[in-house]
Amino acid sequence: MRKVVMGDRLDRVEGQLKVTGVARYAAEYNLPGVAHGVLVTSSIPRGRISKIDTKAAERAPGVLAVVTHENAPEVPGYEASVNNEGSRVYGQEFRLFYDDKILHNFQPVALVVADTYERAVHGAFLVSIGYEKELHNTSLRDNLDDAFTPADQKDHKRGRPDAYKEAPVLVEQEYHTPIQVHNPMETHSTTALWEGDKKVKVYNKTQATKISQKEISKAFDLEKENVEAHSPFVGGAFGSSSRLWPQEMAAIMGAKVTGRPVKVMLMRDQVFNMVGYRPASVQYFSVGATAEGKLLGIAHHARGFTSRYEQFTERLLDPTKSMYSCPNMDTSYKLVSLDMSTPCWTRGPGETSGSFALESAMDELAYALKMDPLELRKINYAEKDPENDKPWSSNYLLQCYERGAERFGWSRRNPEPRSMREGEWLVGLGMASGIYKAARDRAEARVKLLADGSVLLRSAVADVGPGSATIFTQIAADRLGLPMEKVRFEWGNSVFPYAPGQFGSHTTASVGSAVYEVCTDLKQRLQELAVNQPGSPLYGAQAADLFFEGNTLKTKTGNASLRYADVLELHALKELEVSRESRGGPELDEFSSKSFCANFVEVRVHAATGEVRVAKVVSAVDAGKIMNHKTAESQVYGSVVWGIGIALMEEGIIDHRFGRHLNNDLADYHVPINADVPDIDVIFTDLEDPIVDPMGAKGIGEIPLIGFTAAIANAVYHATGKRITKLPITPDKLL
Amino acid sequence: MANRKIVATKLRANDLILCSSNENLMAKEENSGKILPESRTDKKYNEARRTFLKQSSLLTALALAPPAVVKAAEAGLDEKVADQFEKVPLSLEINGELKKLSVEPRTTLLDLLREQLDLTGTKKGCDYGQCGACTVHADGQRINSCLSLTVMQEGKKITTIEGLATGDELHPMQAAFIEYDGFQCGYCTPGQIMSGVACIREGHANSESEIREYMSGNICRCGAYPNIIKAITAVKKGGKKV
Repeated sequence: MRKVVMGDRLDRVEGQLKVTGVARYAAEYNLPGVAHGVLVTSSIPRGRISKIDTKAAERAPGVLAVVTHENAPEVPGYEASVNNEGSRVYGQEFRLFYDDKILHNFQPVALVVADTYERAVHGAFLVSIGYEKELHNTSLRDNLDDAFTPADQKDHKRGRPDAYKEAPVLVEQEYHTPIQVHNPMETHSTTALWEGDKKVKVYNKTQATKISQKEISKAFDLEKENVEAHSPFVGGAFGSSSRLWPQEMAAIMGAKVTGRPVKVMLMRDQVFNMVGYRPASVQYFSVGATAEGKLLGIAHHARGFTSRYEQFTERLLDPTKSMYSCPNMDTSYKLVSLDMSTPCWTRGPGETSGSFALESAMDELAYALKMDPLELRKINYAEKDPENDKPWSSNYLLQCYERGAERFGWSRRNPEPRSMREGEWLVGLGMASGIYKAARDRAEARVKLLADGSVLLRSAVADVGPGSATIFTQIAADRLGLPMEKVRFEWGNSVFPYAPGQFGSHTTASVGSAVYEVCTDLKQRLQELAVNQPGSPLYGAQAADLFFEGNTLKTKTGNASLRYADVLELHALKELEVSRESRGGPELDEFSSKSFCANFVEVRVHAATGEVRVAKVVSAVDAGKIMNHKTAESQVYGSVVWGIGIALMEEGIIDHRFGRHLNNDLADYHVPINADVPDIDVIFTDLEDPIVDPMGAKGIGEIPLIGFTAAIANAVYHATGKRITKLPITPDKLL
Repeated sequence: MANRKIVATKLRANDLILCSSNENLMAKEENSGKILPESRTDKKYNEARRTFLKQSSLLTALALAPPAVVKAAEAGLDEKVADQFEKVPLSLEINGELKKLSVEPRTTLLDLLREQLDLTGTKKGCDYGQCGACTVHADGQRINSCLSLTVMQEGKKITTIEGLATGDELHPMQAAFIEYDGFQCGYCTPGQIMSGVACIREGHANSESEIREYMSGNICRCGAYPNIIKAITAVKKGGKKV
């Protein structure tokens, strides 16, 4: 029996299901009688539907129903008041098939349900829609004058906000980041099945089964326990499946109307403006320093956009507030309302865009100071969180700098721009720091010891790819002294104990703690049962005399011992179940908990064509104690690949004349492919955080992405002498 | 960006409208000017689109399909046939099993696998041949099953991810993907694995950079690329028959 330890490079528990094609995703439950729903979307960004003719579609062979605002089933939740309580986004959520209003392009306006997929697609073509158009605005840059402060935002100022203006060395710059679309490989999909009028089950693409359950029960006025969200496998999400979307509502409505299970899988072009995206930003950044490089003041004014009906906000300013020791600060964050669908949390939501400005500006400042960019960051290291003066729960950023620089070979860098070259390729080395909150939320876990000595562990948590299922199995195996095969973890269903959504890099800290603690509780319970039963070899023993080794309770003094299964047998129990709710203690509020990273990037820029290739990446990460080095490295790869995409190629382009996406497919919207990605060298400090959770782990899913785009831009500057302030860095900007 | 390998782009409905008839050429001109897309939804355009779709589908079938399809098409260019897309009998071998099927000419191999045969291991990522998630082998060659009409595969041997393992024993590529963590969410994985096997069989796995090139038709949004390279390299070096 191999002892399992947290941190071990274990294979994923669901690996075999995934490599054999057995794992089923939301649209792959071919239930008996399942019908196919295809959404028809609007071709204008703003106005109203003047006429919708569904007759031809309804007559088409195989079509079972066409659902529009004229005949949609009632959704009681849509009648709730605006700014409804508990909503995570301020405003009026999008209401599918609610009325004739068009609020954004590609807005779903009809659902065609047919007995086969082909017939549903054909039916969707037959729906004829007339519009009354209204003037629209879809450009952030053209509407900056209309920016307003969102309801949930307060400008952060400290010290003398204007201090940067008097600094001996001052850098002022305007940075732009474009729309980024999550584009998970699985498009947003739902299969819905009603059981009578009061109960619905969805096989759903979601990062949060409990949010699905809650929002669906609210929308359709159902008892929570009568809504089941089943989502063990999710084909990527990156934030885009963290709230209720039209495809879920459509599938549920379609199933209601037809009396059959209905599956709706968005087409690729539909995911660009229906299920969220990272909004563009315009950022005005000023940073002032002493001649020695100590920061005196920063002003960071960020502008983003949202829809007309909700105020979606991001954390663009968070890295700026906490990354460096800086006594004076002026920040603001404003939104422009546009005729677009509401954006959505996207990996490092806000921090990714905001850190592009911060870390690019730091590089510019280093050049203005004639100082090494790494040195500049080191001398402005913050000993505590400058935003709130709280001590860090743990911070090994300096170690990230040291080890990253050494592994990368930072010392070979000639600081002069355009000074390093290999043949036709200009060589550039750049770096950046990153900071991201290490949060922990309430979570529950339930563990059941079975008669054969194995355990069944359950949580509603999703695993959209980070490896959470493996990690939680691993934590339980470690705590209980069991081999991985003896721990069965079931996840991804709303009937299981509460878990927060798998987003915000807080899944391990939240659910992992619940798993950790419920296993401790189970051991405690076993100990009680072992000593309180006459006839037990451990009868009457004191807790202090006992210890656990493997799956066995032993006395320290003698040789009496009892296996888990024996404890059950002793009490004639078939099984033993323990549940646990876990949440952080008050000490969490006394500290500032963050993950940190330092990214080092080498680029090659082709002198003649401006093509940028990323040649080498070293990502040094302080994410606390690593739970599984194999899956953790994969998480860093993911962030790096995202960073390459955002820095060099990803851009959702809108033709503002029509308020419509131009490049909404994977041929025209470029994401990194295999040939775009070099070797990635990952360094973990792997040192425990003593505050956030009992495992010592901090979040890892987003931190390596923070600052990464700037590391590339800084390397490109070093290679070419050209400072690119508007992402993505495409060849045209370098020629 | 770099060496992007896009096999082809499936035309979409709007593209079809713009080249279907004189009437729609007008629509194209209008569209390039000030007329907004909503004009396309006028009745006459919809009818034109409908006519075109009927005709184009049948023309596609005529051009690509075995005689049985042609016969079906000839038998009725009328509303009914166009709508019903009379099913075509055909046989093909899927994962070693001979299947006698009756399919609509417009059904892609991908949709046949996923929706009719419940072989959902083959994934739909884009449906336009741009992502590689739907990669299967047809007579040993990797193809994007979303770009292939089922009727084009008459008599061929199709292998999907479900047919790669031998009994309970994983194919070396499947085992390597687990060992090297060549996936995260798992959705692109079947396509990556089918592509990876073909990459070695084609003789395109002689170096990491060559593998990168020849695996660039399969997008992994989770970013498992470095581990995919490690897995394929290990299988190639392991020397086992793939």
